[in-house]
Amino acid sequence: MPGRVIALKRPAGQFDGDPRDEVMLIQRVRDGEHELFYELIRPYERRVYATAFAILRNEADAEDVAQEAVLKAFKHIRQFRAEARFSTWLIQITVNEARMRRRKAHANIMEPIADRPDDEGNYTPRDFADWREIPSETLERNEIRQKLAEALAGLGQIYREVFVLRDMQRLSIDETARALGISTASVKTRLLRARLMLRDLLAPGLGGAWCGKWGGRLSFEKGTKPW
Amino acid sequence: MVVNCEEVWREVSNYLDGEVHPGLRLAIEAHVRDCQRCTAVLDGTRNVIQLYGDERMLEVPLGFGQRLHRRIEQNLPSSIPPSRRTFLGWMVAAAAAVLVVGSLELVRASSARRPEQRSELARRGSGVPPNMMVVVTEDGKLFHRAGCPFIHERNRPRTITASEASREGYTPCIRCMGKYLADA
Repeated sequence: MPGRVIALKRPAGQFDGDPRDEVMLIQRVRDGEHELFYELIRPYERRVYATAFAILRNEADAEDVAQEAVLKAFKHIRQFRAEARFSTWLIQITVNEARMRRRKAHANIMEPIADRPDDEGNYTPRDFADWREIPSETLERNEIRQKLAEALAGLGQIYREVFVLRDMQRLSIDETARALGISTASVKTRLLRARLMLRDLLAPGLGGAWCGKWGGRLSFEKGTKPW
Repeated sequence: MVVNCEEVWREVSNYLDGEVHPGLRLAIEAHVRDCQRCTAVLDGTRNVIQLYGDERMLEVPLGFGQRLHRRIEQNLPSSIPPSRRTFLGWMVAAAAAVLVVGSLELVRASSARRPEQRSELARRGSGVPPNMMVVVTEDGKLFHRAGCPFIHERNRPRTITASEASREGYTPCIRCMGKYLADA
């Protein structure tokens, strides 16, 4: 029973991501208390999956890659250097694993894998509807979360990766740049575009239509994507 | 310092991240106070960051944590100190031998009759990989792939292998495991 396995392996004081506890946990795992690895990665499980999903956009592949990334982190835990956060290191491994998986998948279907380069000119917002503050309770609604996920999935790969690491995983600009192997300037450019594109896509709905008519249909009309 | 709308849009992301110098910050704030369009862009962008930054946006498929932990457990090397390995090794080997003998007896006994299905009308699975992780629920009759929309979360779902599910009488879900359904 999986539930029982977790309960047995979890010590009384649960690890919640506190950096001081983390350093100690890492050391103990390195010293041979391998079962503590569960505790170490538990606060980051969701983030690892979300990162893999942002790159692969497929649940099954994302789950497999998330598992591979966590196992790889365990295997190479001795190579982890304390100058980076453990979470950042873990996310970086996940990004590499997911990109490798994507490359392999694209190679199989003989498609080019190159991302399109950053668009040159400035991005001009297309929707200027007033968007009042959205209460966080909005996210309790499955439909809203679904719409946000759909909008995110509609972004180009390079924008989605940056946005997920920076705004969902809350990595710093520098950490995002390191994880993706790009410059901080590129992170900023892509982040600006990603945020504005999402705003343009979501503003009509979240600015009133969805919030005002909760019972109404929540769907983007064909051809209304702003890019 | 004065900025126009285009400059505000170009810097809105840096502004929200606190990455603009104080002079530019003041200029953007002065412009936004009098510009409805830029106020809309700034508020909307801030909302995007706030909504997607919410933990609830990091959803994982049902049973993800359990499957991950199980996979780790299968791959963790033993952390037992070498000095205790010999004795424990013998104990484990002895226990395994008892289990093997016991299982053989069970197989012999059960070969006469097939395990009872939870649903008499359901079709049995065929060719389901025995180690495939599937989701079952307390009151359900079927086993599902993770993420199948027909899993009822209220019925206490758990993740087990397909062979365990079959042993417990579950049969494949017609929607998500259709390709494994045996012909009637």
